[in-house]
Amino acid sequence: MSFVDFRNVWLAYNDELLAQGVFAVEDISLQMGAGEFIAIVGPSGCGKSTFMKLTTGLKMPSKGSIQINGAPVTGPLKISGMAFQAPSLLPWRTTLDNVLLPLEIVEPYRSSFKSKRKEYEAKARELLRSVGLGGYEENFPWQLSGGMQQRASICRALVHEPKMLLLDEPFGALDAFTREELWCILRDLQAAQKFNVILVTHDLRESVFLADTVYVMSKSPGRFVVTRQIDLPRPRDLEITYTPEFTDIVHELRGHIGAIRKTGVVVPQ
Amino acid sequence: MKITRRMERWSPLVVLAAVLLLWQAVVVLFGIPEFIFPSPLQIAQQFGEYTGPLLEAAWKTFWVTMLGFGISIVVGVLLGFLIGSSRLAYTALYPLMVAFNAVPKAAVVPILVVWFGIGLGPGVLTAFLISFFPITVNIATGLATLEPELEDVLRVLGARRWDVLIKVGLPRSMPYFYGSLKIAITLAFVGTVLAEMTAGDSGIGYLMQTAGSQQRMSLAFAGLVTIGAMAMAMYELFSWIEKRTTGWAHRGTQGQ
Repeated sequence: MSFVDFRNVWLAYNDELLAQGVFAVEDISLQMGAGEFIAIVGPSGCGKSTFMKLTTGLKMPSKGSIQINGAPVTGPLKISGMAFQAPSLLPWRTTLDNVLLPLEIVEPYRSSFKSKRKEYEAKARELLRSVGLGGYEENFPWQLSGGMQQRASICRALVHEPKMLLLDEPFGALDAFTREELWCILRDLQAAQKFNVILVTHDLRESVFLADTVYVMSKSPGRFVVTRQIDLPRPRDLEITYTPEFTDIVHELRGHIGAIRKTGVVVPQ
Repeated sequence: MKITRRMERWSPLVVLAAVLLLWQAVVVLFGIPEFIFPSPLQIAQQFGEYTGPLLEAAWKTFWVTMLGFGISIVVGVLLGFLIGSSRLAYTALYPLMVAFNAVPKAAVVPILVVWFGIGLGPGVLTAFLISFFPITVNIATGLATLEPELEDVLRVLGARRWDVLIKVGLPRSMPYFYGSLKIAITLAFVGTVLAEMTAGDSGIGYLMQTAGSQQRMSLAFAGLVTIGAMAMAMYELFSWIEKRTTGWAHRGTQGQ
């Protein structure tokens, strides 16, 4: 039984576009096992973010069905946590309070937030410590570096122990070294807590290093054109990115993206 | 030349002193008569001579302004909240509000006099009418410029519109709000004085109107100075509150 199950999913953003047959994503099918880490790569504007909205229940498909955790998706899915390229932390809250924000909103934490605040704080502190932000709990986000803000943002996405973590180009704005550091942090968090991850990215190395399965998406209409299992053994060390096996996979995926680009020019006519 | 902190601190007073000196010098050198353009010294004398009436008028103007300003905060915030949180309300109300804001308030005062008679009513209402718009616009801007990603993060967790407004929208619009208060308070003083001059029976505006008609220009100028001082003091008060409460939005200027 798949944890995430997309069957022939189509989405048009409104009725007008639906009538014209303009879809943001077309005929998407995907089966993701529990605890799996998948990455979706593709050129900008190919519907990756649309895919995220579908998976979290923020958008309903125009056609097709989506089942998550054995039940059809009918609305926003509280079992998911999200983080984006922009950390979007609240500047008037300390790092700790930013991480606690989801617990003030999502049940069952919401109703017990006041009475169990101490307990939740301890939990948030522990999470921050695990990503190397111990000692920065009382700092404000604007006192942190970009990489640290992004770590806090990931903590915010994870604090309510979601079964599914959705990341939309989370490391896109970071420098190469910080990015690799955060790859390892994400790898370790996922190995420890076994949540599902859907990582949207256009960094092929990132997708191959982190994911169990990489989906390559084509541009307008967005559809999956290639699915690639990554069989590299876990736990993976950064060193692996310099091995020929790794480079070959990256190369192969790059080839698919190149092919999409070429046909993409022909399609509009 | 190096600009020190100390110089920066005293610079407003230095400029003020320079302007006063220049003013005094011009009046004395060209022998301008008092009933046309009084010198700072002559104005200062009026303060000594008419301390009582000036203070009384100032007090009157002050609380009329505060009353209007208070209404303006309540109405401005509520309206801003409404048009900032609902697209429909924004589209429906904004054009009308812009049109209303463009109406010269001096033209409205006579109408208010017909409705409320001479006295407090027109002053309070003019102060309110002239000053609520910036508050509304700023609150609405703060609420409407939420990052869509953050909204997604919270909506996934089952956040209701209200949650997002209270946890994110409102705190976010606070710097805008305090910024608008600084503008609104000075406008409110303009409104009160305007009403007092056209249809008042007390207050600084009335005092200036009377003094002007009796060619006592120094006293009229003393009234102007009083209004300016009150507006400046209130502006500084709100600046101070702003810095205290929303320091996170002004971090660039802090700790230098």
